[in-house]
Amino acid sequence: MQEAITIKTAGGMELSLPIAAVGSRSYAFLIDWHIRLLLALAWFLVFLLLFLFLDVIDGAAIFGGESSTILGYVGGAPAIAIYFLYHPVLEIAMQGRTPGKRMAGVRIVSLDGHTPTIGALLVRNIFRLIDSLPAFYVLGLTIAFLTPKQVRIGDIAAQTVLVYEEKPKTRVIDVVAAMAESTSFTHAQVEVLQELLERWPELSKKVRADLARQFLESLDEKVPENFRKNELDRWLYSRLQLLSQGGRSHE
Amino acid sequence: MNKSQNALANWLSGRKEQWKRLAVLVGKRRDQRDDNPDEVRETVTGFEALARDLSMARDNLADTQVVRHLEVLFAQAHETVYRKAHSPWQDLLTLYREEIPALVGGKLRGAILATVAIFLGTLAVGWLLVSLNPELAGLFASETMINKVQQGELWTDDMLNVLPSSVLSLAILTNNIVVALTAFVLGALYGLGTLYIIALNGFMLGGIFAFTAQHDMDGRLFQFVVAHGIVELSVICLAGAAGMQLGEALIRPGPRTRVAAFQEVVAETGKLLFVIVPFLVGAGIIEGFISPDPRFPLLSRVVVGVCYGVLLWLVLTGKIWRKRSGSDRGV
Repeated sequence: MQEAITIKTAGGMELSLPIAAVGSRSYAFLIDWHIRLLLALAWFLVFLLLFLFLDVIDGAAIFGGESSTILGYVGGAPAIAIYFLYHPVLEIAMQGRTPGKRMAGVRIVSLDGHTPTIGALLVRNIFRLIDSLPAFYVLGLTIAFLTPKQVRIGDIAAQTVLVYEEKPKTRVIDVVAAMAESTSFTHAQVEVLQELLERWPELSKKVRADLARQFLESLDEKVPENFRKNELDRWLYSRLQLLSQGGRSHE
Repeated sequence: MNKSQNALANWLSGRKEQWKRLAVLVGKRRDQRDDNPDEVRETVTGFEALARDLSMARDNLADTQVVRHLEVLFAQAHETVYRKAHSPWQDLLTLYREEIPALVGGKLRGAILATVAIFLGTLAVGWLLVSLNPELAGLFASETMINKVQQGELWTDDMLNVLPSSVLSLAILTNNIVVALTAFVLGALYGLGTLYIIALNGFMLGGIFAFTAQHDMDGRLFQFVVAHGIVELSVICLAGAAGMQLGEALIRPGPRTRVAAFQEVVAETGKLLFVIVPFLVGAGIIEGFISPDPRFPLLSRVVVGVCYGVLLWLVLTGKIWRKRSGSDRGV
């Protein structure tokens, strides 16, 4: 069962935020790690090449002399800063998110469901020093596997948790409202039809054909048998679309 | 179409534009700082209406996509409407003026004294060990360092020939910050990690001073260390004290659970990092630009070291922020 944190809002409503599993956490981290490494390397290499190209530094004596000091300032220091400050800076600026977390569909929240404070986000990041021990976040991952909220030591210290973040699907409402107006389906049928159409591109041909057949059969509609390869798939999709637009006699 | 479907269709078409508008407003509020009062009012009204809609949808549509959509929108709107007022500069000012002095003079006082005692104790032990058994210097110093000292040179003498001051400063301050932060977070290992780092630093400093003293070079080492060392070592002891406090919370949580005690102490002692990090940046700059530069005489190094130390003390005690009262001025 998926763990969740429950927030009681001021109006007495309860909201459930599903806790992100260790897999999503690791996936987000790996994306972020690649981004910050590439950014830091790119920054340093651009300035190194620029300096070499402009003959500002002698390639044989990178460490020594005034030009290397400048390279240290404009190339090295920002590159190190990008690598080490990526997480704290972006998590603060993006309110508990980073590009990797956004791609993995997760977000950091405090235990009351709000965006964590700057202090909490800094503490969470400082404890990476212990979570990453002895190497490759072994300690942090082990703790995350063992805790019910799947959190590493940094999260425990900062009282934060990683949750899945869904975006409001405004289109869903439009589609469901349109179907409710134009078809005679029950709300449950509208939901199934809408979800099936939405997920159509993600599903394999066999699975979507089976689901579409089941749905049509529940409406007492028969699916013709004499289709050529790929024709059935196209027919089922257009039939479902037609139904969603009210192409069924109202009862 | 039956009655209930008709009602649903009417409800959805009647409300969907308001939900869309609320989603737009919530998005704007999240990114924007200068709030338009009309839009703020509209957001709050929209949020209240959404709460009613969600309640009704939960009752009638159970676990459907409409409910899920409304829940996501509700969570975002709730975050926007109920988020705390954001005043980072005011918070930072309060932190430096009130919270840190209260922490250092109150709850952390014992831990600071204990950490300094451990550091000085291990420093003395390191000194004694190497003084009595010179061959033990190998435990604290690398072969290159030992060879240099035996040739009458300090390993710090030609630092600026190897690295420019800027790169040196950067490397030093990065290393020092990592050491201090590690001393703090390793307190989570029941204080043992912190104890190890503080004791190791004490042993090393004592041992190396004893080793250089055997070659009559301790004065030169002191000359190198004094400008940055006063603050650097004090700040590492401070980080150690915060780490010790973490260990204490885990070993003796009192009436709280271990996790609650740990979280409480992190929230309190973590504030010290706002002193530790900036002062280590300053110490790193001094260590890169002043300490290895032979043009600075001992007196100027002592002045820099003592003044920087006094500044740290003034910040920690909060005296730097306090205006003198009338009686203090003799009025």
